[in-house]
Amino acid sequence: MIILFFKRALKDFRNNRLLNLITLLTISLSILIVSAFILFFINTSEIMNFWKKGLRVMAYLKSDFPPSQLTALSGQIQTLPAVETVRFISKETALNQLKSQMKRQASLFENLDKNPLPDALEIQLNAKSQSWEKVEVLATQIEALDAVQEVEYGQRWLGRFTQIFNLFRLTGYTMCGIFFMAAVFIVANTIRLVIYSRRDEIEIMRLVGAAEHFIKIPFYFQGLMQGAAGAGIALAVLFMAYWSMASNIEQGFFSGLFNVRFLSPLMAALIILLSMLVGWLGSYISLKQYLKR
Amino acid sequence: MTDTDEKRSIIRMFHVHRNYGTKKALIDITLDIFKNDFVLLTGASGAGKTTLLKLLYLAEPVSEGQVLIDGMNISRIPRKRVAFLRRKFGIIFQDYKLIANRNVFDNVSLVLEAAGKKRRLIQKRVRGVLRLVGMEDRLTALPPSLSGGEQQRVAVARAIIGDPKIILADEPTGSLDDDSANIIMKLLNGVHIRGATVIIATHDKALIRKTGGRVLLLKQGRLQGSSIIEKHYDNSIF
Repeated sequence: MIILFFKRALKDFRNNRLLNLITLLTISLSILIVSAFILFFINTSEIMNFWKKGLRVMAYLKSDFPPSQLTALSGQIQTLPAVETVRFISKETALNQLKSQMKRQASLFENLDKNPLPDALEIQLNAKSQSWEKVEVLATQIEALDAVQEVEYGQRWLGRFTQIFNLFRLTGYTMCGIFFMAAVFIVANTIRLVIYSRRDEIEIMRLVGAAEHFIKIPFYFQGLMQGAAGAGIALAVLFMAYWSMASNIEQGFFSGLFNVRFLSPLMAALIILLSMLVGWLGSYISLKQYLKR
Repeated sequence: MTDTDEKRSIIRMFHVHRNYGTKKALIDITLDIFKNDFVLLTGASGAGKTTLLKLLYLAEPVSEGQVLIDGMNISRIPRKRVAFLRRKFGIIFQDYKLIANRNVFDNVSLVLEAAGKKRRLIQKRVRGVLRLVGMEDRLTALPPSLSGGEQQRVAVARAIIGDPKIILADEPTGSLDDDSANIIMKLLNGVHIRGATVIIATHDKALIRKTGGRVLLLKQGRLQGSSIIEKHYDNSIF
């Protein structure tokens, strides 16, 4: 019976080529947009996670801070909940690091009378506290300590970027939802047109005693097939676009900075299932409305 | 109505009305059709013949009254059981109602497919029935390529393939030449001989005289009378 329904769905596909082609393209386009968003978010999230792992707070100590109290201060900071490690960087070490990083500008350091850099504590955050809000709370707590002159959590821009990214993600979710609904309604409309073009046939089927599932199932198959084929096309197009962009990134300016990757097989399978759901839902809505009559 | 009549009845109508807005298409129809009856439902155009048939195969609802088919009250049948009830009927339409883009085999096999029969059985039965109606050499032809008589033969094949208890034929010879009409009537006679109840709606008086059977006359939606004309069987093709 399943084979019979499948054959009938294929036959309907062939008999209404133009309508089905339009549906297929609509699904492909919607799924392409949704998948492109997902791909973008996956890669952006990875990059941000990578950056977040480097989140640290630098506490610059006052110049009159007595080194004898360093252990006590480090211990005090270590007790704060977000802190993983505390490392002391003396002003001499900092200057040496700076010199080694700026070898080509060595002349800048030749005329220095004294070391202008302060002693500092480098504070790494634990895994649970990699969010921007927690970093800010920690920075405020450390800044309140008497021995601390200034606190810097260098990647301040990362906070703003995170906010923008979250806003973008929200917009992305909304747009994905809109595209999903649009695709469902377009499929529903197309199937409705196919049903309308076959209304006599459906009427005859009903008159000869065909049960509703006998009439409905080929349309469901058609919706599922359109969904699967639409997702296949969308993912193929997306992969080609990804492949072209990824090779540009690898060869270009961003080489080594980003490791752009494609959707995982699981994610691709989920997208295909989502697309099939779109096709099925479209068929379901139009059949429910039509067969109610 | 005796107990024997009740047992023999396959269709019973009690004070049935069918209205389209203010227009009354059927008025107070009460009748019994017995198992293996051969009924000729006659009357002028617009008398309500087609409407009465449509009520029987549930294409239209009854406005008032009750209809029992094989003991089932059709007004109380849940939606899901309608298809099951329709399988008791083989329906022949004046305009054939064949699916234009399906070939002869597929049009006929549809009934058995809808009933969930196995592919092998379908192959065997469809070929057998098409042989019976003389269409076995047109299996792959599409309906538009067939003559009216051929299309009606395919329609008869589709109506009888499921071995229905009741055959409903709405003007089955209305648009056919005499030869084709004879073939169709012989086929319907054959089905009747094999035990089915046959109800034919026709306004063709010559056909009624020639075929014979129980004649029910409808006039402006009312059942005017019933008479019996001796049945003339011509089984030459069976």
